[in-house]
Amino acid sequence: MLKNEKAKTPVKPKQETVTKKPDTALQELQQKRERKNVLMQGNEAVALGALDAGVNFFAGYPITPSTEIAEILATELPKRGGVFVQMEDEIASICAITGASLAGAKSLTATSGPGFSLMQEGIGFAKITETPCVVVNVQRMGPSTGMPTSPAQGDIMQAKWGSHGDSPAIVLYPDSVKESYELTIRAVNLSEKYRTCVILLLDEVLGHMREAVRLPDMANVRVISRIKPTVPPHWYKHYDENQKYLSPLASYGEGYRFHVTGLTHDSHGFPTNKSSEAGEMMERLRKKISYNIRDLVQIESHQMEDAKIAIFAAGITARAAKAAIAMARFEGIKVGLLRPLTIWPFPDDAVRKMLRNVETVIVPELNQGQLIHEVQRLTKDKSESNLIALQRVNGQLITPNDILRKIKEVF
Amino acid sequence: MANYEVRLSGSGGQGLILAGIILARAAVIEKRRVTQTQSYGPESRGGYSRADVIISDDEIFFPEATNFNCLLALTQEACDVYLFDLRENGILIIDTTFVKNLALAAENTFELPFTDIAQEKLGSPISTNIMSLAFLVKITGIVKEESLKQSIAETVKPAFVELNHKAMEIGFELARKYKQ
Repeated sequence: MLKNEKAKTPVKPKQETVTKKPDTALQELQQKRERKNVLMQGNEAVALGALDAGVNFFAGYPITPSTEIAEILATELPKRGGVFVQMEDEIASICAITGASLAGAKSLTATSGPGFSLMQEGIGFAKITETPCVVVNVQRMGPSTGMPTSPAQGDIMQAKWGSHGDSPAIVLYPDSVKESYELTIRAVNLSEKYRTCVILLLDEVLGHMREAVRLPDMANVRVISRIKPTVPPHWYKHYDENQKYLSPLASYGEGYRFHVTGLTHDSHGFPTNKSSEAGEMMERLRKKISYNIRDLVQIESHQMEDAKIAIFAAGITARAAKAAIAMARFEGIKVGLLRPLTIWPFPDDAVRKMLRNVETVIVPELNQGQLIHEVQRLTKDKSESNLIALQRVNGQLITPNDILRKIKEVF
Repeated sequence: MANYEVRLSGSGGQGLILAGIILARAAVIEKRRVTQTQSYGPESRGGYSRADVIISDDEIFFPEATNFNCLLALTQEACDVYLFDLRENGILIIDTTFVKNLALAAENTFELPFTDIAQEKLGSPISTNIMSLAFLVKITGIVKEESLKQSIAETVKPAFVELNHKAMEIGFELARKYKQ
């Protein structure tokens, strides 16, 4: 008895200090932030973006080239009263962040190709149960374990179609360290707003690259959190529709009862085999994205005003394109760039407009043809020769000179 | 000023990525625009390794060095592979401890046995990266000496600041003598 009491007493005060810490500690940390340019890595920017967006739960399994995200959050989250768990694998990681989210946490995990493949079923579960969470995939060469330290853009289609069944997808794709910070916050915000699993794709080069970044004051960071139900617990429907397909979300432990299952379910979350209810559920999942496409889609239009040739590229390849455009314009060739920051849902309208206005479109990408098929889908009335592919899968980047050469070929 | 591209190349474990980070941070201290990228094999020692630093006053689009103004090669292999992408009139700095043959003769070539000098003066080859980086900074003048000093202090662990500053001073001294 005595021994037990002695062992217990030193533990208690420790736990209290941890629970008291968050408010003051978080404010202190945020006020201490330096108001100047700092040299920052892409992965570091993702970790800081997650913290600023209010992420307080991370479960993951470290994998090159995303390891730094886990590494930083492992030290930073506990300081702010958050939780970091290293799981046994990626399947457990996605399940853990889904569970944490249902209990009210803002949750995130980070991985690379091999882990992303393992997570696919869990991602589908998060989507059908409409549970907010964020998966960061710092892409590396595949298939399988591939080349851990080499860049590739091979997961563009997997991010949309990796999970079985028709599932809505929101996938964001930054091209700089600063944007990695911004889009991480946006990914967390969108996941909370639309109650779905949002995916952030990064290139290996971007994850490991360092640039000078000045982070905004916390007052300028817009953070969105899930809508909480205002109805009494017995009126609560877990999948309640309102006009914009955004329904309130209760957390476990708040007095609301709800059922969560991966089976097709009714508005209370219980399994159903009725075709009318199943159809309704699938429609809601689809419309949640397609009715809000203007809120979701972000694109960058770079020197497209007078362009005769357009380049359509995302991520690090878009930066090579920008350098190539500067060189081509120096020689008097009018080239522009259309860059999707949101690759799913695909920016159909912007691409259609681009196809109307230019003669040739070049689609450079670090895979054997993924984005180009989406552009092709929108080019029904044009001959195929106007769409030029530039693909590379050898672990090296497409350089500005490669793109410039292609521009000169078609000019 | 247009982009100034530097490639630091050699093999894994020579500290080239750290040197790249230090150079990039020195540029940030001077409020310049900078990108630092790296490429390396899955090994933590051995294999190839390189770090690219681009310093500019304008926006830097492509973050990897493709046509460098300055190349530091600490191994024969790195020198053989990357020399062809050095600009005309570009500066080549080689460590003659490991680089014995030159495939092409660059106009501005600086040859010194950095690793041997580090071994001799500091008792270990571990600071070769900082010494050769300081040499590079002094020769090219891309960042100020004080910025490099501050950057080293901000980047390396406190226990190693003194050692690295010493290596830096040796690097500056070598460059001073080389110029004469």
